[in-house]
Amino acid sequence: MRRSTVLLLLLLVFSPASARAINVTEHILQNGLKVLILEDHKAPTATFQVWYRVGSRNENAGKTGLSHLLEHMMFKGTREHGPKTFSQTIQRAGGTDNAFTTHEYTGYFELIASDRITLPIRLEADRMQNLVLTPHGVLSERDVVMEERRMRYEDDPQNLVHEEVVAAAFKNHPYRWPVIGWMSDLRTLNPDDLINHYRSYYAPNNAVIIVVGDVNPEVILREIGETFGRISKGPAIPEGSAAEDGQYGEKRVTVKKEAELPYVLAAYKTPSLRHGDTFALEVLGNILSGGRSSRLHHSLVYEKQLALSAWASYQNMYRDDNLFYLGATAARGKDIADVEKALSDEIEKIKKEPPSDYEVKKAKNQIEASFVLEQDSIYMQARLIGSFEMIGGWRLIDTYLEGVRKVTPQDVRRVAEKYLVAERRTTGILVPLEEKKQ
Amino acid sequence: MKARGMRAKRVLSGIRVPVLCLFLLLSAFVSPAQPAPLAEREILPNGMTLLHAEKKAVPVIKIVVAIRAGSIAETADRAGLANLAADLLNEGTAKRSSKEISEAIEFVGGALTTSGGTDYITATLSVLKKDIDLGFDLLSDIILRPAFREDEITRRKALIKSSIKQQNEDPGTVASKAFSKAVFGAHPYGWPVDGTEESIDRITRQEILDFYNHWYVPNNSVMAVVGDITKGELKALLEKYFRDWKSGDIRPPLLPELLPGNAPTVVKINKDIKQTSIVLGHLGMRRDNPDYYAVSVMNYILGGGGFASRLVDNIRDNRGLAYSVHSSFMAHRHGGVFQAGLQTKNESANTAIREILNEMARIQSDPVSDTELSDAKSYLTGSFPLRMDSNSKIANLLIAIELNDLGLDYVDRYRDIINGITKEEITRVARKYLNARDYVLVVVGDMGRAALQY
Repeated sequence: MRRSTVLLLLLLVFSPASARAINVTEHILQNGLKVLILEDHKAPTATFQVWYRVGSRNENAGKTGLSHLLEHMMFKGTREHGPKTFSQTIQRAGGTDNAFTTHEYTGYFELIASDRITLPIRLEADRMQNLVLTPHGVLSERDVVMEERRMRYEDDPQNLVHEEVVAAAFKNHPYRWPVIGWMSDLRTLNPDDLINHYRSYYAPNNAVIIVVGDVNPEVILREIGETFGRISKGPAIPEGSAAEDGQYGEKRVTVKKEAELPYVLAAYKTPSLRHGDTFALEVLGNILSGGRSSRLHHSLVYEKQLALSAWASYQNMYRDDNLFYLGATAARGKDIADVEKALSDEIEKIKKEPPSDYEVKKAKNQIEASFVLEQDSIYMQARLIGSFEMIGGWRLIDTYLEGVRKVTPQDVRRVAEKYLVAERRTTGILVPLEEKKQ
Repeated sequence: MKARGMRAKRVLSGIRVPVLCLFLLLSAFVSPAQPAPLAEREILPNGMTLLHAEKKAVPVIKIVVAIRAGSIAETADRAGLANLAADLLNEGTAKRSSKEISEAIEFVGGALTTSGGTDYITATLSVLKKDIDLGFDLLSDIILRPAFREDEITRRKALIKSSIKQQNEDPGTVASKAFSKAVFGAHPYGWPVDGTEESIDRITRQEILDFYNHWYVPNNSVMAVVGDITKGELKALLEKYFRDWKSGDIRPPLLPELLPGNAPTVVKINKDIKQTSIVLGHLGMRRDNPDYYAVSVMNYILGGGGFASRLVDNIRDNRGLAYSVHSSFMAHRHGGVFQAGLQTKNESANTAIREILNEMARIQSDPVSDTELSDAKSYLTGSFPLRMDSNSKIANLLIAIELNDLGLDYVDRYRDIINGITKEEITRVARKYLNARDYVLVVVGDMGRAALQY
């Protein structure tokens, strides 16, 4: 844990830029900290968020789950603010706080009445550098994370399938391990691991502040300058290597677990946000899975009555190629082989024949409308800006919509044919075991 | 980019903590400095209560229609009837098929959904302003002219039964269903809103029609409209699309009396899993109980206040025994429940249960500290802006205020009530409304490893 002894003057590099669809202004402090502000005055509230460019992709085999455990530890106090005080202080001011960790980033946020916004600014600036990690605190919180892992994954059969599919799909990219970490790795994480991770990645030059709400940008920037602005720029951020070598055919995994209904999850390796095919894949995802009128629900759930649910999900908010998922839970008494076949038939259909102009238009309308409907929530707007910023820059939000508008039915057919193929697929099947009655 | 159909927890691993307890949604807001009323309220000639708040910031509109036709209006042998009726609303009308309804709303990127519940059911519309005419057309069609076609009934019954079966995969849901059954017994709050596989099979089309015809009337309904729409535009749309909705005679449902237990009841459910899900509690209070506010403050300190609560401090922070631990008073119109819940590795189940009971006993015997009391008050009164900073939140808040007869001035009264609560009152309501002896305890987990002493 470093402490900056040099008090930097408030030196902001003003580079405000506004886009057409989203009126974000961007500022970069001398220490490398980026600040993105979106004014939204519809209610007297604001969200303050700090996103660090570190996630499970920055971990090593044997020490998985480090980023997420550190996220938990960030609430354990600093020299100035003792243990257990962070959330209590925010709540005392009528606010709420929480955090999230992904493969790519770790984010901390507060939601609070906008006239109290300086409180989270000061607390977040403090814990960027001054975290106190005690051995006892680490061991205790490790137990909490193991309970979280049991709850979310080990006792949830479908989530277990997801974990197994991802672990099989990637053989050498860090995406292969879960963000929460493997249980046996969690048992080995120690205070030194956390301190090293914190020192390597928690610095202004590896962070982005996002503020959305009823705020005055000048006031916010002044406050950020007086707090975060005094933190020294950290050393260069380690640029870990992450890559995935080729796949030579379909991979299949089976999960046998006490469960009620069989489940199939097929995941295809697909390019992410910064690839030109991302727009057509996004439209494809909506055609397959955008509501009850979409192809998968209508065919598998409504017409054939094979599945309780059927969906697709294109995961493109990643820096490297990730996965396009198709999933379905079998209806009572239905054979999972028939469900898998029905999913596969829908894929083959769209590879052979482009979707109708109407379907493509509907998908585009859904994507555009979701951007507008999200503006109802300051939190969702901040999440949108942050997730784009972490992957390729927040300005991609505008080009994203432009890209989506240009997609043709032929594009959709082409990307389905190119990416939704067996050589890119990993399929997981949940085989329910009978309950052990006592 | 968006995770359609995929459960968010998969995409976003590691949200740190379960949020502050839900009932605060109803209770945490107040605004002495807010001059504008929360909404305009009006009873229309056909008896429907209309709540309208014009919000021009974003060109979107949210409408929630709530109808007092939840599971309290059905009988035990037809459990799931109210939910099935609500579920079938957007599965076809006199002039539109199920697919035509979903196509129409989804083509414009909007959403039209229905949801069952205990006290009331809801139909919810989200649309861009430019599509509000279509939205009203569809919303009125599904509420006024649902077809309840036999083939759609068969289809939905099969889906709901599959869904009930799948719920057994989630230990938390299994525990919560067993807990409601043990606490509420033969009262409708005791059976699942979606019914059972057996009760659903018994429901006939005629019963759905009769249920619909009796309960789905405007004088039994509340509509909250929030967003970029003027009163004039709203009135014109109501006239155009809801003109034919006629009032009816409503008999309030006859409900059995709720009797508190007089001995501990322990329900053990064995599953081959790593954690034991624990729910411990008993009957609580109705929403109109004047002690509701003191209980809100008391429960914030006990287990409703997230990291500010004693249960999280003790069981999560000090002992590392659980990721999620909380307590709540769910106060409905006809009754309520207190419950504390958590998940912990099977081997720790006894310790966790003991600590829940210890904390219940401690808040009954010793006064809370001045800091605990003032922190609870400042959260409950200070968080109101967050409870009403989006159209969706305002619409749901308006529905809750109306259906619980709180009045639109509730927002202004709330702060004074909360600020007036004393330490002595906290102790008094803890003694009156918590019972660390005659509780219901449900445990779902590996009973061999848990080796329960309760």
